Amino acid sequence: MNNSVYDVLIIGGGVVGSACARELSRWSLKIGVLEKNLDVCFETSGRNTGVCHGGFAYDPGSLKARLCVEGNRMMGQLAEELGFSFRRCGKVLVGNTDEEYEQLLKVKAQGETNGASGLRMVDEQELHRLVPSVVGKFALFSENSGILDPFMFTVALAENAVQNGAEYFFDNEVTGIERGEDGLWTVETIHALFRSRWVINAAGLGCGRISDMLGITGYRIIGSKDDYIILDRRMGPLVPMPIYTVPSNTYMGIHVSLTTDGNVLLGPTAEETDDLSYYGVARHNLDYLYEEAVKIWPHVDRGDYIRTYCGILPKWIDENGKIGDFKIEIRDDIAPRAVNLVGIESPGLTASVAIARYVIAMMRERETFEVNSSFDPVRPRMPRFAELPPEEQARLIEEDPDWGEVICRCEKVTRAEILRAIHSPLDCTTMAGVKYRTRSMMGRCQGGYCQMRIARMLEDEKGIRPEELVYMRRDGHPFFGTVRDGETSAAPVSGTAHGGEPISAPVSGTVHGGDPAPVPATEAAADTTGGAS
Amino acid sequence: MIHRQKIDALIVGGGPAGLAAALQLYRCGIRDLLIVERERQLGGILRQCIHDGFGLTQFGETLSGPEYAGRFIDEVKRLGIPFVTNTTVLSIAAPEGSGPSFRIVTTASPEGLKEYAAKAVILAMGCRERTRGALAIPGERPTGVFTAGVAQAYINLYNRMPAREAVILGSGDIGMIMARRLTLEGAHVQGVYEVMPYAAGLPRNIEQCLHDYDIPLHLSHTVTDIHGGSRLTGVTVSRVDEDLQPIPGTEQYIPCDTLILSVGLIPENELSLEAGVELDPRTRGALVDEHFMTSVEGIFSAGNVLHVHDLADYVSEEATRLADAASAYIAGDPLPSCTLYVLCGDGTGHVVPQRISGRTDFRLSLRVNRPMEDCRITLRQNGREILSRHLRKALPAEMITLDIPSRILSADGDLTVSVEKEVQS
Repeated sequence: MNNSVYDVLIIGGGVVGSACARELSRWSLKIGVLEKNLDVCFETSGRNTGVCHGGFAYDPGSLKARLCVEGNRMMGQLAEELGFSFRRCGKVLVGNTDEEYEQLLKVKAQGETNGASGLRMVDEQELHRLVPSVVGKFALFSENSGILDPFMFTVALAENAVQNGAEYFFDNEVTGIERGEDGLWTVETIHALFRSRWVINAAGLGCGRISDMLGITGYRIIGSKDDYIILDRRMGPLVPMPIYTVPSNTYMGIHVSLTTDGNVLLGPTAEETDDLSYYGVARHNLDYLYEEAVKIWPHVDRGDYIRTYCGILPKWIDENGKIGDFKIEIRDDIAPRAVNLVGIESPGLTASVAIARYVIAMMRERETFEVNSSFDPVRPRMPRFAELPPEEQARLIEEDPDWGEVICRCEKVTRAEILRAIHSPLDCTTMAGVKYRTRSMMGRCQGGYCQMRIARMLEDEKGIRPEELVYMRRDGHPFFGTVRDGETSAAPVSGTAHGGEPISAPVSGTVHGGDPAPVPATEAAADTTGGAS
Repeated sequence: MIHRQKIDALIVGGGPAGLAAALQLYRCGIRDLLIVERERQLGGILRQCIHDGFGLTQFGETLSGPEYAGRFIDEVKRLGIPFVTNTTVLSIAAPEGSGPSFRIVTTASPEGLKEYAAKAVILAMGCRERTRGALAIPGERPTGVFTAGVAQAYINLYNRMPAREAVILGSGDIGMIMARRLTLEGAHVQGVYEVMPYAAGLPRNIEQCLHDYDIPLHLSHTVTDIHGGSRLTGVTVSRVDEDLQPIPGTEQYIPCDTLILSVGLIPENELSLEAGVELDPRTRGALVDEHFMTSVEGIFSAGNVLHVHDLADYVSEEATRLADAASAYIAGDPLPSCTLYVLCGDGTGHVVPQRISGRTDFRLSLRVNRPMEDCRITLRQNGREILSRHLRKALPAEMITLDIPSRILSADGDLTVSVEKEVQS
C-alpha cells in the first residue's frame, strides 16, 4: 500500500491522462498517474497521424466538435509553453466529382456551425498552388488545421505535470478499483495499492474495463485499427500539408500526411477490431494503402518506405449501435468523485487539453480547488542539434562536448540529446522512449548505426543489466544476456576520441517489476513518496 | 566564428575505402589530407567482421576483418597520415559565390564544429543495410528482428547476445556469416530463407557458413508474417511463385525468438545527395567517370558507397585507383574529359564507371542481373564488338571486373556491356 492518499489518481498516461495531470497541477492537489506501459504514449496517443484537426468533421453540438475546436485554438500557445513541434500548415480535403463538391460544402457548413474558422473552397488552380503534387479538381482548405509531434506533445504534458508536482507510476496496470466506506477509492495495480479521493478514467483502449471497475458498466468499446506506412523524409517537401479525401463524419479516409519532422505518412486503414492489443500490419493493407494513396498523391514509391505502424482507436458504440461522441461523465449516483472518459478517439489528440479543462470544470462544480501558486506552465524545449544553425551548434559543443558526438547519423542526434532524454523528468528506461524523445533510430537506417550505442547508454546510465533492457513492451528484451562472461566491450560509449576510453561497467539493479512498493517513475517526486506497503 | 581550414583532400570515412585512398594519395605525394571517421576507431565495418577471408587479393593471405583493417591503419599511423575519429561530417557544400573550385565540408566532434575547404572530397562512407521497414514485411513489431549487421555488432563489439532460436531471411553474405556466428555462440539457426531462386551471397559462404553447420538454405521462400507482442515468438514463411509473390497455402509457422535480415545493402549516399551528386538508380551510388569523379567536380567516390562490392579487397583496390586520379586532379593535371557513356545491355545489372573518355585504360566493374552458366560478356562501341570474353559461370553475388585497354576504344560512341548465354554454333 502506498500510504499517502492522493487527491486525484489518473488511470492512463496517454495524451488525455497527461493533459489532465498537467491541467490539474494548476491546483494544489496531490496527483498520481498510473500507466500500464513503461512510458507515456506507447498506445493510441503515439500511434496516429499527428494532425491537429480543425473541428469540421464532427456532428454539431457534439463534444468532439466543441472540444476539437477549442483544442485547435489553444494548440499554438501550448506548443510555445510546452516546447513541442506544431505547425499550423493547413490541410486540404480533395475532391473530383459534383457529389464530392456538395459533400465538402456540407462539411464546410458543419465546420462553421461548430465554430471552426478559416474554411474555404479552393479551385484546382489554388489547390495546386497550395499543394503542387496533389491530384484533384477542388478542395476544402482548412487553414487552421495543422500537424504536431504526438510523442513530444504527450511527453511534454507529462513532464510539465511532473515539474508541477504530479507523480507518474509506470508499469502499473490497474487490476481493481474499490470505493471504501470512507469514500476513498482504492486502486489496485499489478504492483501496489493506491488510495485517492478522485479517480479519472483516462485509460484509452482500456476505458471500458476501467469503467466497469468503477461500477459504470455496459459501455461497448470496439477498436478501429489504423495501419500506416512511413516514407523517407526526402519526400516531405512534396507534402506541405495533410492531403485528405472527402470524409464522412465517422471516417476520414486514406490520407497522405506529414510529420513535423518531414516524413510522409500514408494511412489509415480504419478496420474494426476486437483485439485491442494486436499491432500487426497485414500485407493486403499495405497494398491497399499504396493503391489509395497514389490516387491523390502520385509520388508514392515503395523505395521510400521506412517503416509501417498501426494504432488502435477506442470507439464507443452507443445505444443506437453508432459510433458515439466522447463520453465524459461523473456518475454521482454510482461512482462519486470518479470522472469517466469513454471512447476518447480522434480528435482526442487535438482536444486533449480542452478535454482536461472540461473534466476539471466538472470536478470543480463538486469541489473547490485551491490554486497552485507555484504552477509553471513552461516546459522548455530541448534543443535539437540537427535543427540549429552552425553557430549555435558550435556554441553548444563548446558548452558541452557531448553535443559534438553524433550518435544517430540519419537524424543527426547527438549524445547530449540522448543523455538528456534518458535523464528527463519523466523516467525514460526504454529504447522506444529514447527514440520518441530524440528521433534517434527513426531515420532511414532505422537504428542500424546507432541502436547499439543507445542500448549501451541506457544500460550504463540507468544501471540496467543487459538481459533486462527493454525495447518498448515489458517483456520485449533485445538481449538474452552477454556473449561472454565479464563486461568487456570493444565499443565503449563514454570517453574521448583516439583510444584510452574508460570502460564503464554497468551497475546491476532493476528499474522495473517485482517491487511491491510503487516506484515513482518521476525522479523529481521520488523523495516525496512513501514507499512502504 | 567557425574555424575554416584549407585542405587538399578530405576523405569521408575511415573504412577499407577511405584507408586505401588515404595511403595511395600519400604515396602520390598528397600530404595535406585528412580522414574523417565517425566511429571512435578507424576500420569501418571491418571492425565487427571477425571472420576470416579478407586479404587474399591484397596480401595473399587470409585475414580477419580487424586484421585486414589493421594493416592499413598501421601504415596510416606509420606514415603519419592525419585522421580524426568520433567526428561526423554534417554537410558537403559548394562555397558561397564564384571562386576557386573547392568544397566546404562541415564536421562535428566533441572538439567542436569545423569547416574544411577541400580541393578534393573523397566519399568513402560505405553502405547500410536494408531494413524490415524498407521491405514492408507484414506482421507485428516485436523486439527480436535485427539486420544481420546489427546482430553482428551486438555480438562481436558489444558482447550482447540477441538470439537463441533464429530464422534468417535473405542469403546475403552477412546473413550467412551470422548463421555460422550465432551457431558458434550457442544459438540455433533453423534455416536461411531466400526469396530469389538463387543465393544472394558468395558460394564460399554457402559452403563454409551453411553447409558445414547443417543449416538449410530454402530458396524461393520469404517471411510473410511476424508474430509476437513483445519479444518475437515466431514467423510465418511461404513459398513464392516466379513473380516472387507468396503462394497461398504454403504458409509454415516457425517458432523462434529472433529474425535476422540479410536482404540487401544500400550505398549510404545521403551526404552525396545533399552535395548535389547525381546517383545511378541501378547502383544507388554516384554516377562516376573513369577517374571516380562524381557529377560534382572535385567530389570522388569509391568502395561500397559507389556500388556494393562482394569483397573488401576489391574495395581497397578501387579506392587506390580513385586516389591515383584524385591526386592528379589535386596536382592540377588535366584529366581527360569523359563524355562517353557506359550502358547496361542485356544481362547486366549495373556497370561502374558510367562515363569514360575513350582515351585511357580503365577498369570496368559489373554485376549480372541473373545467374548464368556458359555465357559471354561483350562490349560494343558504336554497335561494333570491341571485346568479348567467355565466362563459365556468372552469379549476381559476384562482382566481375575487366581491364579495358585504351587501344581498343574509340574516342567517340557510347559503350554497351552485355552478358548473354553462349550461342551454340
